[in-house]
Amino acid sequence: MTDLLKTPLHTMHLAAGARMAPFAGYDMPLRYLEGSVAEHNHARSRAALFDVSHMGQLRLMGPDADAALETLVPGDIQGLGAGTMRYTLLTAESGGILDDLIVSRVPDGLGVVVNAACKERDTEHLRRHLGGRVDIIAEPDRALLALQGPAAAAVLAAFADLPFMSWREGKACGVPARVSRSGYTGEDGFELSVAAEDAETLAQRLLTHEAVAWAGLGARDSLRLEAGLCLYGHDIGEDTTPLEAGLGWTMPKHRRVERNFPGAARILDTPPARRRVGIRPEGRVIAREDTTLLDEANTPVGRVTSGGFAPVLGGPISMGYLPVALAAPGTALTFDIRGTLRPGRVVPLPFVPHNYFRG
Amino acid sequence: MAVKTYYTREHEWVRMEDGVAVCGITDYAQSQLGDVVYIELPEVGAQIARNQEAAVVESTKAASDVYAPLTGTIVAVNDRLEDSPDLVNESAEDQGWFFRMEVGDEGELGELMDEEAYRAFAEELD
Repeated sequence: MTDLLKTPLHTMHLAAGARMAPFAGYDMPLRYLEGSVAEHNHARSRAALFDVSHMGQLRLMGPDADAALETLVPGDIQGLGAGTMRYTLLTAESGGILDDLIVSRVPDGLGVVVNAACKERDTEHLRRHLGGRVDIIAEPDRALLALQGPAAAAVLAAFADLPFMSWREGKACGVPARVSRSGYTGEDGFELSVAAEDAETLAQRLLTHEAVAWAGLGARDSLRLEAGLCLYGHDIGEDTTPLEAGLGWTMPKHRRVERNFPGAARILDTPPARRRVGIRPEGRVIAREDTTLLDEANTPVGRVTSGGFAPVLGGPISMGYLPVALAAPGTALTFDIRGTLRPGRVVPLPFVPHNYFRG
Repeated sequence: MAVKTYYTREHEWVRMEDGVAVCGITDYAQSQLGDVVYIELPEVGAQIARNQEAAVVESTKAASDVYAPLTGTIVAVNDRLEDSPDLVNESAEDQGWFFRMEVGDEGELGELMDEEAYRAFAEELD
C-alpha cells in the first residue's frame, strides 16, 4: 500500500476509536464507535463534527482574481459581496464538469475549497490558465472542520448571526479561525478553517460540548445524499453538464449571455437529454451506484450514480440520470439490482428538506 | 457442554442446536460491514447447497452475499431482523442469527474452522 496522507487530526481519530479507510490519498475516519447511522442521526438532531482537512484550500490573490476565475467557471464571482461565498463549477471545453468548489470573497482576492481527489488537477488547471493574472497560493498547512446540525449555532454562539453562505474571521473556542455558515449535510452548520497546529485544540474544545460528537465519511455521504447534494466523480463529472446535473442555478443570466466560460456553447445550446433525479426503490434493497435503470418496457434508460440507506427515511434512496421524458417525479421505473428487477419511482430532491439558516 | 461453533472463510458461523444448523455472520464480519440496514433472507423450504448464496446483507457500506455453510433445507429465518437489522451488529453470533437449516450430512462441519482457527484467520486479514 502506498503511504496515505494524514490530516492534523489523525491521532485524535485513532484515539476516538475510528475505523479508518483510504479516501483520496488520505487515511480518513470512515466511522467511529457508534457507527454511521448513529452519527448521521446525531447530525440531524444535535451537532456532528467532521474532519474534512483532506479538502483542498487555495487562495487566488490579486486585483484581477474575480475576472480571471470567471474565465473558468459559469458562476458570478465579480458579484460576490464582502464576507460571502458561493458554490460554482470548473467547466471543461466539452461542457463537462472538472470539479465543484466553494469560492469565498476574501480581502484582496478569493478563497477556494476544492475536492480532495481533484486538488492537484485543479491547482494545475488554475495555474495553467490563470498563472499570469493571479497569485495561486495553496494552503496545505490549514485544517478544515465541519460542525453540522441544529445545535451547531448554540455551540458556536459567537457566529450564530452569520447567514448561510457567508463567513468571517474570528475566534472559535479561542482558536483563530475562518468560520463559514456552510456544509455538505443539508443541515445548519459551520465549516472552520484553522491553522493545522490549532486543529486539535479546536476539535477538543468543540467536543467538550455535550451536543457535539465525531462523525465520519460514511455519515457525511448518507447526509449529503439525503440532502440531494452531488458527489463529484459520481453524480457529476466530465461526462455530465451543469444543466443535466440540475445545477443551472449556478449559472446566472449575465454569465449565460456573456458565454465566456469553458464549454459555454455546448452547455447552453444543447438542451439536456437527461436529468439528475432522486429515485426511491420500493422495499428495502439498496440500489447502489451503477445499478441500471429500466423503463416500463424494461429497456435500459439510465444509471444510478449514488445510492444508499437513508436513516431519516428508514429506507433506500438513490440519485441517477434519466431521459428528460422520464425525469418527472412520480414516474415509475425499474432497477436491475444484481439481476433482480425491482420497482421504484422518481421523487423530488432533496429527499430530506434542507435546514439552512438564512438570517 | 457448550455447543461448538464452526466458521467459514467467508465469515459465516454455524452451530448445531437440537439437530438443526443455526447460521449467521461472524462478529468480525459485522465489524467490517458497519451498520447493517437490511437483510434479504432465504425462503423457508429453500434447498441450498453448501457455499451457495443464501442471503444478502446490506450495510451502510455495501451489499454482501452470505453463503450457506452447509448443504440443507431452510426451516426457519430470523424474523426479528426485518425490523431490527441492527441485531446483527449487536449480537452477530447469537440473537442476530440469519436462518436455520436441516442438514443431511453433518460431516461437512469437519471442513469448517473451529473458533480458534477462525480467530487466527480473521486476525491475519486485519
